[in-house]
Amino acid sequence: MSRRRFPYVGALRGRPAPPPPARAGDVLAETESLRVRLGAREVLRGVDLAVRAGEVLALVGPNGAGKSTLLGALAADLPAAGGVVRIHGRPAAEWSAPELALRRAVLPQSAELSFPFPVADVVRMGRAPHAADPAVDDAVVAAAMAATEVGAFAARPFPALSGGERARVALARVLAQQAPLLLLDEPTAALDLRHQELVLRLCRERARAGDAVVVVLHDLGLAAAYAHRVAVLRGGRVAADGPPAEVFSEALLTEVYDQPVEVLPHPRTGTVLVTPKRSL
Amino acid sequence: MTAPALTGPPSEPEQPERATKSAEFAASADRRTRARRPVPLTGGLLLALLVLVPVAAGLGAYPIPTGDVLSSVLHRVGLGESGLDRVAESVLWNVRFPRIVLALLVGASLGCAGALMQGVFGNPLAEPGVIGVSSGAAVGAVAAIALGIDVLGAWTVPVFAFVTGLGTVLLVYAMARSGGRTEVVTLILTGIAVNAFALALIGLFLFFADTAAVNQITFWQLGSLSQATWPKVLAVLPCAVLGLALAPLYARRLDLLALGERPARHLGVDVERLRITLVLIVALLTAAAVSISGIVSFVGLVVPHLLRMAAGPGHRFLVPGSALLGALVLLAADLTARTVAAPAELPLGVLTALLGSPFFFWLLRRTRRRQGGWA
Repeated sequence: MSRRRFPYVGALRGRPAPPPPARAGDVLAETESLRVRLGAREVLRGVDLAVRAGEVLALVGPNGAGKSTLLGALAADLPAAGGVVRIHGRPAAEWSAPELALRRAVLPQSAELSFPFPVADVVRMGRAPHAADPAVDDAVVAAAMAATEVGAFAARPFPALSGGERARVALARVLAQQAPLLLLDEPTAALDLRHQELVLRLCRERARAGDAVVVVLHDLGLAAAYAHRVAVLRGGRVAADGPPAEVFSEALLTEVYDQPVEVLPHPRTGTVLVTPKRSL
Repeated sequence: MTAPALTGPPSEPEQPERATKSAEFAASADRRTRARRPVPLTGGLLLALLVLVPVAAGLGAYPIPTGDVLSSVLHRVGLGESGLDRVAESVLWNVRFPRIVLALLVGASLGCAGALMQGVFGNPLAEPGVIGVSSGAAVGAVAAIALGIDVLGAWTVPVFAFVTGLGTVLLVYAMARSGGRTEVVTLILTGIAVNAFALALIGLFLFFADTAAVNQITFWQLGSLSQATWPKVLAVLPCAVLGLALAPLYARRLDLLALGERPARHLGVDVERLRITLVLIVALLTAAAVSISGIVSFVGLVVPHLLRMAAGPGHRFLVPGSALLGALVLLAADLTARTVAAPAELPLGVLTALLGSPFFFWLLRRTRRRQGGWA
């Protein structure tokens, strides 16, 4: 069987080569005084942020602070109204779609599918940016499905899955893409406790393997436990950026979320615990 | 048939050797089940066509036994045997075969265009008419008939229909585009508006046309292949062949488009370019078909549905498969149209709509029951 059985994306115009592996600390994506408009509203109002290989960066902040918009800009989905987004050192707009697909993978907030493809096919779609090699594709797809624990329903049609199962299948597809920059928009939103932990452990593993992982999170406890670095967004700007232990202060979080917050060390591990102040 | 849930430690995707055997098994087993269906289906469709073509060539007001049909074909390609008598030869080669080839081309074009359309819009209810090809073509045809335009002789109506059909699609696309992007919903709504405008124009032409023209217009709109000739076959052929040859190249990208526009772009698909290319291919296929046959509805809608039910949603099979099934369905429909009420001939478009719409309704109910709605 020939290696290129099908006219895959880009096959007709010559496929771009994957980027060389990144070294830990390489900046894989960055923004400089980035401004982004959605309709009439300026959602990002001057964001400076660097995303480095080997690091899990959590984007946190209240609703409407611009987390997903920032992720969209880093993904080259949204044009900059001012400032610049660079992906692998080059302005986002200068990359072609096939080149970008080898450099960054994106997990959308909600996973949709217009036709009832089986789960294994959906995960295999993640291989589209790469030159077709059935043996490698099989192995990568199988590994991605094993890592996200979706192998049990590999043959089921995607629309028949529960929300949490869909989210994991979508993550498996993103992992199968093997891009060095992972942009995950609320990957834990639909997941149970066990799978939330699983997904963030996966993020750490990818970072250890040399990838850069940006993850939008609402659960500050998860962010504190798993992120190397946290960027707190407020009103389209970065209010704080640093390791969770430094950034997560009661004063800052209380102010940013407009909600009294307690920050305490975990009694056993000493990592930061964040909880709203409740008076019940 | 699939492996149980994996409870081992999560493994790195880039280190396949750590993947559990069971997941690998699940993936490869699934690929086998997927690969199994299209092959016999393609074989079955081709076989059905091989049987139906000589049968259809034999049936009609002047019956010719299937054996004679075959020996006449063999005679023509120079493989011995004597030809039939003059009348039979003439009926076969000047009436039946052009009509059959035209039915195959029009059916393949409509079926394939339907599959592309549903893929582009990520919506199983889309069909080529949505972007205005059919109604646009109808405006051109009706205008030519009603105004008695005769600049191109017998070719006036098809040429007008083709040009206005293609033009309408481009108009819809240009109007739906803003800021270098086209949203699917905008495209569909623009299509609805343009379709309504086209219908109004057709009404206006009908109002001012004389009785003979009204009859001719009505007949054109009902759809028919009764005017088939070899030159008409040759007119449809380049568009159909070009469209049918290009369409499968985009199958993989259509699969990715099912994830949504942004995820498809994240996987390297230039969505905007893919969409305009496919819209143009759909317009080419449909405008060519409709300009010769008139409005033949439901083939483009129902055929891809049937195949998706039988072989899954993968476009690598769906796109060429829809062309095959479309050809088969239209050939059968045309055979029925010209034999069921002989010596009268039912309008083809009426027949396909008459059978197609209840069938589509049944499909809807069935899919709804199985999936619990449209995902």
